[in-house]
Amino acid sequence: MTENLLTVTGLSAVSDREGGMPVLRDVGLTLKNGGVRGLVGESGAGKSTIAKAILGILPRTVRITGGWINFKGRDLLSMKPQELRSIMGSEIALIPQDPQTALNPARRIGAQLADGLKLKRDMSARTAEAHALQLLADVQIRDPDRVMKSFPHQLSGGMRQRVLIAAAFAVEPELVIADEPTTALDVTVQKEILRLIRHMQSARGTGVLFVTHDLGIVAQICDSVTLLYAGKVIEEGPVRNVLENPNHAYTKALIAAGPRYDRPDAGLEPVPEAVFRELRQEIGIS
Amino acid sequence: MAEPITITGPAAKPRRTPSRLRNLFAERQVLFGGSFILLLVVIAIFAPFIAPKDPLEQDLMLGSLPPAWLDGAEPGYYLGTDDLGRDVLSRLIYGSRIALLVAIVSASLAALIGTILGLLAGWYGGWADRIISRIVDIWMAFPPVLLSILLVAVFGSGVHSVIAAIVIIDWTRFCRVVRAETLAQSQLDYVTAARTAGFPRMKILTREIFPNIVPILIALVSLEMGIAVVVEAILSFVGLSVSSDTPTWGGMIAQGRQLIHHAWWLLVAPLAVLFTTVLAFNQLGSGLRRALDPVLRR
Repeated sequence: MTENLLTVTGLSAVSDREGGMPVLRDVGLTLKNGGVRGLVGESGAGKSTIAKAILGILPRTVRITGGWINFKGRDLLSMKPQELRSIMGSEIALIPQDPQTALNPARRIGAQLADGLKLKRDMSARTAEAHALQLLADVQIRDPDRVMKSFPHQLSGGMRQRVLIAAAFAVEPELVIADEPTTALDVTVQKEILRLIRHMQSARGTGVLFVTHDLGIVAQICDSVTLLYAGKVIEEGPVRNVLENPNHAYTKALIAAGPRYDRPDAGLEPVPEAVFRELRQEIGIS
Repeated sequence: MAEPITITGPAAKPRRTPSRLRNLFAERQVLFGGSFILLLVVIAIFAPFIAPKDPLEQDLMLGSLPPAWLDGAEPGYYLGTDDLGRDVLSRLIYGSRIALLVAIVSASLAALIGTILGLLAGWYGGWADRIISRIVDIWMAFPPVLLSILLVAVFGSGVHSVIAAIVIIDWTRFCRVVRAETLAQSQLDYVTAARTAGFPRMKILTREIFPNIVPILIALVSLEMGIAVVVEAILSFVGLSVSSDTPTWGGMIAQGRQLIHHAWWLLVAPLAVLFTTVLAFNQLGSGLRRALDPVLRR
């Protein structure tokens, strides 16, 4: 058995804004070295909360009440901010959700890419620039010279997302957290971006935690999946098992709810109310 | 038979990022405001060469002459003379020196202090924010003109006191706006991205957030210069600016006010110059903001 890169155990959190409502309930998940795990759920299921907890950027209103986040044998939750800073951006990197806002609008792409390299990999300005150029080529950007000198608003959404992927992989992290990196993009661009992430990931052996609400994306890119509802893990396992032989009624209903290109008349069935009722009962919420 | 097709056409030129400079002048407000201010700066610097007369030279025989296009004008006195026979145009030209000096120095210093405190308050929040914000609130409760007159009265009159008074009063404008803008910027994803990249907090503030505040800051500085010109005029109007033998626009307005019934140009000329200068600063400010902001630009 290969060693786990990331192990989350018994993670619980409450939202102080909503009167101490639990947002994570005893969540556990693992990510193997070089594996890709999908983290799936509806809005508010807690998938982004987990990602933020790992990155240490939870909003002040969300409080962790228990659990561990074990990254390479160290608990991220009990680390000092300084230690955390040295891990973030060198061993753990983020591909943000919205490429429109995740790049600094006032600075050129080249400068933004070089920043991380200079800070985290101790490169000189010149090496960092050459390296950034190479990275842009790696993420299949044509004319990387021009992109280096561009401001974010001069690039398309897909291009910006490529830049962000380049930035995330630039520091050669062991764990990349992709927070719905394709939601803001066209479907055609989405596919290219997924392929690119997969390519970058497998070439470097990076572990990826892929947050999404789209089971179709999970099927394309992940090798294991964790399904959440209301902050609770509902189902988890290798993608094939979960998608082909779902155990839980909710999972089955979700899969049925997705569109079927081969049978346009099927699918798009809303999850039945009875399934939700059962689910809430099981979790223990009214 | 199929011929190999060659497509000829202009070789694809690499798209150049539009030059910032050209962008600036495409903005009409910048063109108007900027060229007027530039002209004023040149005039102020070269006042001794440009002014047709000595601004202090009195000639009681030539008192209260009307401007050149009215009856009874004397050649050489383009905007007429005041009751002591001093050339109005020359006095306006020399007056621009004080006005611009005060505007530039006081706006820059106020911007420096306000920006530093605003950045710290907006970024670090907590106690830093509470203390700085309360000070700003208290500060803004004082009526500004009264406070400036009080301050100059305490410091004694002179250019230095006028500048100090404006800085002490107006740093809060910068502080408030910069704090709010820092707060807004720090919620944006690129800041979160920088945090998850493990950048030190101070570095995020100076390298990531600050460049996004510069456009609004430049606009504010320009607006503040307009305000400073007015404040300086007010203080010299009440006789608290530089000594009365140095020509200032405010001083000229005060003098012209008393003679409005028989020599209206003594009031109108400095008022018109003051008005245009402030308008130019304001136009330059809002034009610059639009031209420099990379988001608004496209």
